[in-house]
Amino acid sequence: MRDTMPQHHAQPDSLSQWERVGVRGYKLSERHYPLTRRCRATLSPWERAKRPDSSPAEPPKGASAKRLTTLFLLAIFAFLAIPPYPAGAVMEVDITQGNIRPIPIAISPFLAGASGQSAQLADAVTGIIAADLERSGLFKPIDRAAFLERIYTVDAPPRFRDWSVINAEALAVGQITDAGGGQIKAQFRLWDVYSGRELTGESFTTSSDNWRRIGHIIADAIYQRLTGEKAYFDSRIAFIEESGPRNKRVKRLALMDQDGQNLRVLTKGTSLVLTPRFSPNNREITYTSYEGGRPSVIRMDIASGRQEVVANFPGMTFAPRFSPRGDRIIMSLQQDSASNLFEMDLDSRQLRRLTTTQAIDTGPCYSPDGRQIVFESDRAGGRQQLFVMNADGSGQRQLTGGDGRYSTPVWSPRGDLIAFTKQIGGQFLIGVIQPDGRGERILTEGYHNEGPSWSPNGRVLTFFRESQGESGGPRLFTIDLTGYNERVLPTSAFASDPSWSPLMK
Amino acid sequence: MSRFAVTRTIAGLAVLLLLAACSRGQPMAGLSPAQTSSEGDSGPIVPGSAREFSARIGDTVYFTTDQVELSPEAQQILAAQAAWLNQYTQYRVILEGHADERGTREYNIGLGAQRAANAKHFLAARGISPDRIKTVSYGKERPVAVCANISCWSQNRRVVTVVSQGGGAGY
Repeated sequence: MRDTMPQHHAQPDSLSQWERVGVRGYKLSERHYPLTRRCRATLSPWERAKRPDSSPAEPPKGASAKRLTTLFLLAIFAFLAIPPYPAGAVMEVDITQGNIRPIPIAISPFLAGASGQSAQLADAVTGIIAADLERSGLFKPIDRAAFLERIYTVDAPPRFRDWSVINAEALAVGQITDAGGGQIKAQFRLWDVYSGRELTGESFTTSSDNWRRIGHIIADAIYQRLTGEKAYFDSRIAFIEESGPRNKRVKRLALMDQDGQNLRVLTKGTSLVLTPRFSPNNREITYTSYEGGRPSVIRMDIASGRQEVVANFPGMTFAPRFSPRGDRIIMSLQQDSASNLFEMDLDSRQLRRLTTTQAIDTGPCYSPDGRQIVFESDRAGGRQQLFVMNADGSGQRQLTGGDGRYSTPVWSPRGDLIAFTKQIGGQFLIGVIQPDGRGERILTEGYHNEGPSWSPNGRVLTFFRESQGESGGPRLFTIDLTGYNERVLPTSAFASDPSWSPLMK
Repeated sequence: MSRFAVTRTIAGLAVLLLLAACSRGQPMAGLSPAQTSSEGDSGPIVPGSAREFSARIGDTVYFTTDQVELSPEAQQILAAQAAWLNQYTQYRVILEGHADERGTREYNIGLGAQRAANAKHFLAARGISPDRIKTVSYGKERPVAVCANISCWSQNRRVVTVVSQGGGAGY
């Protein structure tokens, strides 16, 4: 009986191909600790330590010995590829509530091969993993100064007691080695410190240019395994980089990793650009540009930089978004004094009208299944409210009401929530509401917060916050769906209109 | 002219007076690259020049918060613009609609577009051929005043009429 190993092949943005397989084929180590040959897909759930939080120190000696025995048994079971524990009862982190206790995790400095380059990379990758997990608010990486055991190999289990003593609940170990020809190989394992079980382990071979992505992919694997949620670290954020004085702002389309690194500026700043959005395959961005003297919807291929005017006809077009299948772009078209929603089929170039008002209909966003569209309109009383309609424009119904103004709706990738900007009492808030119009919840408020965008797993929102006055400007922030863990997303310049990409493939 | 949203009613007289005060104090130069003329900014103002238009006629009209209707003050300025444009038929115009920063980005593009469209309707009703008029909206992207209070926001809610000769105006 053999474990099935996941094989993923993807092309990240004109870089070389990835090879991604589960860790496999290890021989018995010298210490006769046969390691499991299991990939994460078949691992049984990590059993949470049954001790109360208040007495986290040393487990009783007996327990330690017992664990060791269990480990042996485990190894035998694993060898036979029989799940040693029944599946079920997963959750280690309660992430449905706002009150989160971050998991203490030890990330042992990744080992390096002989070359100096891999030593540097190993250090950097370790840092990326720790930073990603920490930023999520669900993990608390332990300061490496507290580590007792120095890890020398990824092919043998650690001394779990050395890690439980420093209160680590999980331990990640790994190494980066030079695979020749500009390729590097990355391996990692994730251990449950209390049960001594291996939770997941993977190996990647890729171009050394991709070292940042290795860190994010490993952080994703850890996050996914320990929270049960989908991953989101291996993703990017498109945004508008702003420079120059407030009344003569220069705006450029820019792209960076979700942690703010790997900045790429995609336009020259000679014309005003606004509100980028990713295509579902991550390869294109659609945005609004004033290059032709008036706002027009543009579509850009990220790898080549090639740009194309999507809708070249009289009137201004703005607020573009891709459909979930990437075959259409929905946008506002302003004709005379009205802005209505239109959808363009990118193959046939047919334009279809979806709304007919004398008002301002804009900020459209498809539901993840593509069947519905949420948008904002001031058709009712001149005040922006959210509306939902079927993808063909039928069945329009108002979602929000009351004193506030609601705008910039974005449908969660999970489908269960819509995030928005709300203006009320001179403040600009970010909130979420259910697609049935119930359960409105405000996540953050202040002088000016605007333009939320969901992380690919629907767990985190990014948005921008303007500071006031002549020297003020916008900065990017992230916030957990619960309204906790609000963070600045550091950028070297002012930044606005963030759009979170889907997960890289 | 009949296509204005009925719901957008004009705000109170006090606000109009405030706006009137604002508009008189406006710096008129440097709002747009298209506005720079070969005559320069100094020396006597030549009748029929773009500089005369901006300095003597007034190239900017203002709006109250979230409103797109033309105030009496705005209509007065636009009427003078129409008279001037009827006299100097070699000029074409671009109406640039703007909004203040206290709105969301995309909505403000729509708002600026409605303001520009209403100004266009007014000029057209005063005999300016729609062929001579183009409109564009900058939303909240091009403020002229950058403080964070109502004195600045009211200066940013505006339509600027940019005149140029020949077919070179804008897009």
